[in-house]
Parts: sequence; structure tokens; C-alpha cells
Amino acid sequence: MNKFKSKIVKVLATSVVLSTLLAGCGGQDKASSGSNSKNEQVTLTMLIGDTINTPGFQEVVKNIEQDLNIKTEIEIRPGGPEGENIVKTRLATGDMADLSVFNSGSLLKTLNPEQNFVDLTNEPFMKNIFDTFKETVTDNGKVFGAPVSSSQVGGWLYNKRVYEELGLSVPKTWDELMANNAKIKAAGKTAVIGSYNTNWTAQLIILADYYNVHAQEPNFAKDYTAGKAKYAKTPAALRGFEKLEDINKKGYMNKDFNTTTYDQAMKLLADGDGVHYPMLTQVLPVIADKYPDKINDIGVFPQPSDSADVNGFTVWLPNTILINKKTEKLEAAKKWVEYYVSEKGIAAYSSKSKAIGPNVINGIKVADDAYPAVKEMMPYFDSGNVAPALEFLTPVKGANLPQISTEVGGGITKALKGAQMYDKDVEKQAVQLGLPGWK
Amino acid sequence: MSNVNKHMYSYFFIIPAAIIYTVFFLAPTVMSFFFSLTRWTLIDWEFIGLENFKQFFSEPSLMIGFKNTLFYAFSTMSLKVIIGLLLAVFLCSKIRNKNLLRSVVFFPALLSTIAVGVVFNAMMNPTIGIINKGLALIGITGPDWLGDANIALFSVVLVDVWKGVGIATVIFIAGIMAIPAEYYEAHKIDGGNSFQEFLHITLPLSRPALNTVIILALIGGMRTFDLVWAMTGGGPGFSTDLLASIIYKQYAGGFYGLATAGNVLLFLFVGLIAFPIFKLLNRKEVDL
Amino acid sequence: MSIEIKQERTAMLQSYDREIQSSVKKKKDLKLLSIESFSILVALVLFGIPFYFVIINSFKDVTEAANMSLAWPSSFHILENYKQVVTANNGMVLRAFFNSTLITLLSIITMILVCSMAAFVLQRRQGRGSKFLNSMVLVGLMIPPAIVPTIWVLQSIGLFKTLPGIVLLESALHFSFACMLYKAFMATIPREIDEAALMDGCSSFKLYFKIILPLLKPVTSTIIVLSSINIYNDFENMLYFFPGAENATVQLTLYNFKGMFGTSWNLLFADVLLISIPPLILFIFFNKKIVAGMTAGAVKG
Repeated sequence: MNKFKSKIVKVLATSVVLSTLLAGCGGQDKASSGSNSKNEQVTLTMLIGDTINTPGFQEVVKNIEQDLNIKTEIEIRPGGPEGENIVKTRLATGDMADLSVFNSGSLLKTLNPEQNFVDLTNEPFMKNIFDTFKETVTDNGKVFGAPVSSSQVGGWLYNKRVYEELGLSVPKTWDELMANNAKIKAAGKTAVIGSYNTNWTAQLIILADYYNVHAQEPNFAKDYTAGKAKYAKTPAALRGFEKLEDINKKGYMNKDFNTTTYDQAMKLLADGDGVHYPMLTQVLPVIADKYPDKINDIGVFPQPSDSADVNGFTVWLPNTILINKKTEKLEAAKKWVEYYVSEKGIAAYSSKSKAIGPNVINGIKVADDAYPAVKEMMPYFDSGNVAPALEFLTPVKGANLPQISTEVGGGITKALKGAQMYDKDVEKQAVQLGLPGWK
Repeated sequence: MSNVNKHMYSYFFIIPAAIIYTVFFLAPTVMSFFFSLTRWTLIDWEFIGLENFKQFFSEPSLMIGFKNTLFYAFSTMSLKVIIGLLLAVFLCSKIRNKNLLRSVVFFPALLSTIAVGVVFNAMMNPTIGIINKGLALIGITGPDWLGDANIALFSVVLVDVWKGVGIATVIFIAGIMAIPAEYYEAHKIDGGNSFQEFLHITLPLSRPALNTVIILALIGGMRTFDLVWAMTGGGPGFSTDLLASIIYKQYAGGFYGLATAGNVLLFLFVGLIAFPIFKLLNRKEVDL
Repeated sequence: MSIEIKQERTAMLQSYDREIQSSVKKKKDLKLLSIESFSILVALVLFGIPFYFVIINSFKDVTEAANMSLAWPSSFHILENYKQVVTANNGMVLRAFFNSTLITLLSIITMILVCSMAAFVLQRRQGRGSKFLNSMVLVGLMIPPAIVPTIWVLQSIGLFKTLPGIVLLESALHFSFACMLYKAFMATIPREIDEAALMDGCSSFKLYFKIILPLLKPVTSTIIVLSSINIYNDFENMLYFFPGAENATVQLTLYNFKGMFGTSWNLLFADVLLISIPPLILFIFFNKKIVAGMTAGAVKG
């Protein structure tokens, strides 16, 4: 067996030799660019998920080429599990692009950042970035990434126009929300939009409930990582599953929730045929792009808890830009990232794409022309009634949560059973990561 | 003769194929089978014996996966056989526009699975999809093709058949055309009708074609998941998960050892089902 | 005398027979015609409508296409949509066309040579060795490729992310299918031909290249069509074994139009149409030959 291992090492070593040989060719390139860096153009490769490729992002890339003379060759990968797979495969085979964008939080931990990405802890441009973000891209005390966009919240997007028509007000408790739903249903509209065809969207009610879990069980994330706390055994955490079940039991969703897609859900919400959509605020620019006259109708409120005193947003921190540890063009790559998070870079970004939540960089205020929904969430940030989603606090996340959510939300599986299934599902990940406290 | 054998049919001819096939397929496969006994993060691995197999058997959707895989493979196979054979007989008869129709039937086989999945996903939407709108025109309320857990897999089967029946048809057409015309003439003189002709001549004599279709469709049906993945992603919930899609999910989740263990199981499963059928088909051929 | 009557009677009977036959024929014609028109109608519904659906929606604007209906577009955006598809992501579609076509072409050439040679010997030699090899070939039909080890192999011989690498890999992955078809067809070529060639003092190389390979032409056409469709439409293998922006292949282009801004169905459908053109052309060329190749090939499936 050891023999085999050494064989693999040999194979790997050969590939390293090869890549250094190839690097020899690249090195020449670099040497010449080093001597004459002002005129010579450097080209960086960059691997990003399809959702990152916004007009704002493209604008920054364009500006970087103009101002720094660094060309960016962008390669788009699919999002979701396929995308994660590609990133992992390319890291494992030593074939990563110079720059890449990936999820921060638990998913980043699965990439073994220390081995694969450049440590940015001491870079001056990281000083301005919020610690809340840095924590999600930190592994073994080192910071590995810069934010690619603003943060966002997960909560209940709602159609304000319909709210006004029906005389509803923003609910502070789950019961109030359900009462609103009943009225909306009575008015012949879809109370809650389900878009389970895009199955990750089904998780939102569970994930966005984390602020409430956190408020009642402040140690949940820590105990969860240690394998001590479980969804099925923590009543506060189980509530998320129960809420999902509740919506289905009362029949508040669109009839075809199983086949409705993410795209179609946005249309339903914008048109006011559906009034609530539990979702991330990343849909705002999409709605603004497709239904520009409707974007001002869209607002957002946090997923209510059972008590009016506990009311706050669960926050999703932005994806992160990472620099490949094996890059030949480290200087250029660092300059690239520096520019991206500089005032200039952010100005370029926001000239084409508006923020979907507050920025995670010091001194960057939410713009006056921000989406109304973004303005609506700001008071919660100002008063500190926010908590990061669980995936930013623990590396433990099960791969089957989307499917389990569609089963619970679709009435196939009971809430408790779903929570148990999920507890079982995360075991695999915890064991794979070698976390203490798990078998 | 054996001398001739060695002389004429030197294994030298196999060498290029053997090299390519071994280097690019067999060697990595054997390597991966080793990793099915490890906890493997691509960067590092740890030997854990049969732990992965145990873990794989506790997947929540595994039993559904086995059942679905069998259902998927056998239903696509039998539909392709039945429809393909009927189409082939029809397209070999004396109708006009034969070539046009043959091309039309074969056409979907040219398209990529992703494209077909995307298009049918749009058409099978229960409310705005054109299939249910079409059915509504004749007074039928169409089902929620992909959203109803009870029929979602069957809907994908239908699309798979739509896409793949062309190839089956072509194989059958080839089989039927290979039947010497004398058989049909003899049958006509005996005064048989066309149904009897089908039963007594076409069916038995196109058996080799039948075998080819059965084997290809069955093995194909057991290891594919791309269409399912493109259309339902294994959902709603786990209701359309296939063995191959469960394995894919392990892979995507970063559980590489687990995924290869699943692959070994899939391989055994396919072999367990395909080999006896293979043997059976070949024996029956001899009986003829 | 009696013979005459008999002849007369036969003549009468024959003419009577003919009459019946012609009326039957007319009836049959009518029946045939109705079957024909019915079959064309069914084909139109089953195969024509999806096709029309894709075409018509590729002409619409984004919001209208999102309705996914068969309705006539309220305004046409043909040039605009297709131009957008072609220019998206720095003309990725064109690059992808070039890459996919080249990979397909080279893989097919490799496969035809290598597989037919292997099938030649595997079919002709009957023994324990060849039985074992045959089951190895069958294994290729049943197991999906192991991604990471394959990449290791490609890297260690310096072929990762290269054209020769992906070509050899695709040939290896489609080897089993092609080999099976070749073997089946080879079975229909009588051994006497080989023996006669041997008598004439043909070397086995001459036998293969001069006699066998040309005789395999029909099944070669079949393999060209079926395998090139598979390779051209391959998504996953290209994604894993031929990554890089400059290495884009056609199936990957579909992802240009899904993403952050939801799916642009009009562009997606336009792209579907565009990338389906090369297999279509190939099919038109080889249409009739596919059946011919299988005719013999399927006889001994």
C-alpha cells in the first residue's frame, strides 16, 4: 500500500516537474514583462462561476486592463455541485487558473486553502475589509480571499404593491406571517413562491432561520461543528424544518412549486402573482434587469421568529477571489485583487451593477440609488440585528440539504424526519474533513 | 489452421488499441478502484477498508436509486425495442416519404443531451409548457410531468425514448433489410397475411438486431444519468435519483472515495444484470 | 377440346382475379395513403413541434421567450439574437465550433484505424486470449471513466489540456462501442477471403489494409455518424480533461446563457440550434449509409 502511495507521489511529482518545465516557457514571458513592466501586457487566467459574471464584474475587468495593463482571460464554469467539482478537480491536478472565485465559508474549507491559495493576511489592501468577511475566508489563522461583491441577506422578498393593496404590514412573528399568507391566499394569489425545480432555492427557509437559531442558542454553531448539537435535537434549529413543513401543509405555495424554476419565481414575484419569495437578495439585479419597472415594488423582511423580540437578518457573505498558490504571475495577481477592492474598482463595479446588500469594505456606503429592498435591510445592519448564515460559521454542511428541503417542503417527508436525515447527511462531510468529535 | 491463425491474425494489430485503451481507460479505472477503499480528498488519502461501501449503503436514496435504475433501464429498453421495431417495420414497408420519415425519427439522436433536457424541461412545465397547453386543447388536464414525484421518472423515460428510439429504429431497419427477400416471397405464396409475416419472419429473423438493441439500451440505461440530471436533478426530493446520479452527487460533494466505491457497486450491478441477459440472448440465437 | 375449355376458364379466372386484385389494390392504396398521412402527422407533432418550438423562441426577445410558448413572436430579433450568441464571451461559440469539430474529426480517424484493426484480430482469433480481451472491451461499455486518475495519467505523460490528449482519450472512451460494431460486421466477411489472400501470398498487413478495411466501409460510416455525434456532444469529458478558456467546446457554450441573469431562453435556444448544425450536416451526408453499415453489423449483434 505504501508502495502505491509512493507511486502516486511519483506520478504527482512527474506532473509537478512537467508543470515546472512548462513554467519555464511561461517564465521567459515573465522575465521580459518584469524588465519592461509598463508596456508589456500580462495576461491572467481566471475561473469563475456563472453567477459572478455580472456587468459590474466585467466593468472592473475592463478597467483593470486599461489601468494596469493586465488582461484577464475568464473561464466560466457552471455553478452548484458541478462547479465545486471542477474547482476541486483542477486544484487536485495542479491546473488551477491564476485567479478564481469560490464560496467563502464552509465550502472554502473543503478546498484546503492553505495548500492551494496565496496567503493574503498581510497585504495592505486587506486592511479595509471587514473582519466578519475575513473570518469566513480564514483557515489556520491565515486570510485567503478578498470579497467579489457586496454581502446579501436571505429572507422573505415580498411584493410591496400587493401588500399595500391588501392592507398588509410587515410581519414580526411567524404567526403574523402565516396570517398574512392566509389573507393573500384568500385574495387568490400565491402566498409563497416555491421554485423547487432549482432545488437549492428550497433550502432558504431553513437557512434564513439561522438568525433566530443563533438568538436562542448562541453556541449552536460551535456545538454543531463539534458534533454535539443536532438539528433534530435542538428545538430552535428544528423550527426551520417545521416552518418549511408548515407552508406546505397550509397549501400556501404555487401549485406547480416542484417544477417552477428560479427564473419563473422572479417573474411571479415581480408581477405580483406571487407575493412572498424566501430567497437571497441576489435576485434583485436580475429582477431589475428583466422587469425594470417592477424593482421598486420589491422589498425584503427577515424570516420571523416566534417572538417579536427576536427579529433580524441572516447574512450571506460574498464569494471570494482567491489567488492560486502555483501562479507564475503573483505580482500581477495581487495587483489585480488590490485594484478590485480599491475605491476605483468598487466604483467601476457599482457603475454597472448595484449592491445586493451592504459592502464588506470599510468606508463604502450603500449608494443613494440602491434598490429599495437594500435600503430596507440597512436598519437591521445599523442596529446589529444580523447574524451570518450557518455555513459561514461551521465547515459542516451536508450535500443533500437541497433534496431534503424539497422533500420536507413538498410534503413527502415530515420535518423531524427531514432534520434527522440531514443530521445523518452532514456526518459524511465532517468525517471527510477529519473534524474532532465525529466518528 | 491455428498456424494460419497466428500468422494472419497477429496480435500486433491489437497493440495500438490496447495501448490507448489501457493507458487512458483501464489503468485509471484500476487506480480508482483502489481508492474505493480509502477516504480520499484528492490531495491525501487514508485506507479505511470497506467503510465506504458501508457508508454508501446508508445513503438515504440508495434503495430508491436501485429501484429507479432498474425501472429506468428496463422501461427505456422495452419502449425502445417495441417502438423501434414497429417503426422499423413501418419504415421498411411500401410507404412513400420513407427516407424523410427515417431522417425525422433519427434526428433527435443528433442533439446533445443537455440541449434536449433544457428544451423538454421548458415544454413539460405544467402551467405554461406547450405539452399541457396542447393537451388542454383536447380537454385533457396534463399532469405535472416533472414535479409529481410519482411520474417524474417516467416523464424522463419518455424523453429518453424520444431521443434514443431513432438509433434503435435504424438498427432494426438494418436487421430487417438483411432478411433475404426469398423468405417474404415464400411466405406470400403460402398466403400469409402481413401480421403473420411479421410474427413468423420479421421478428425471428431480426433477432440479432433485437439483441444489439437490448444490450445497448440496457447497459446505456443503467449507467446514464445525464438526462435525469438535466431535467430533474434527481428530484423532486430523491424521487428520480439513479445509481449513477447518487454516485455523481458523492463525487460533487467531494467524497471521492465514496464515489468510487459507488462506481464499483454500479459496475457489479450492471454486470450482474447485463451478463446473464447477454448469455441468454446469445444462447437463444444458437437455438434458432 | 377439354383443354381449350380449361384454357378459357383459366383466362377468365385470371382476368377475374386481376379485377379483384386491382380493387384490393385501390383499397390498399387508400389505406396506405391514410396511414402515410397519419404517420406524417404524428411525426410532425412528436418531432416537428419541439423543433419549431426551439426555432421560434430563438427569434423572440428575452421576456417573450421566457413565456416558452409556441406563439408567433410579436417582434423578430433574429439577427440580434444570433449575433449576440456568436459574439458572447469573446466569440466563444466560434472557438468552440473549431475545437469540437477538430477533436471529433481526429478522434474518429484514430478510432477507425485502431478499432478496426483490433476488431479484425479479435473477431478472427478464437481462443482463450481473445475471449479475455473481448470481456475487457465489454467492461468499457459498463464503467464510466475515473476522472482524477485519468487526469493524473494525462499529466504524467504531458498530454493534459492538449489536443492529442483529448483525442486519444475520446478514442479510448468510445473504443468499446466501435469495436463491438466492427466485430459484428467482420463476422459477415467470409474467412475464405482471408485464406484466398493468404494463398496469393498476401501479408497480413496487405490483407488488412487492401482487403478488409475497404470491405468495412459500410460499418465505418455507421461508426463515423454515431461516434462523432457522441464525441461532439460530449460535455463532461471535455469539461474535465480539456479545460481552459481557449479550449472551449460547444456544449459548454450553453452555460453562457444560463446564470446570474436567469436563463436567456432566446439565446439558449439560438445556441442549441447553432451547435446542432454540424451533426446535422454530417447526418445528411451519411444518412443512407448508416443503415447499410448496420445491416450487416447488426446481423450478428
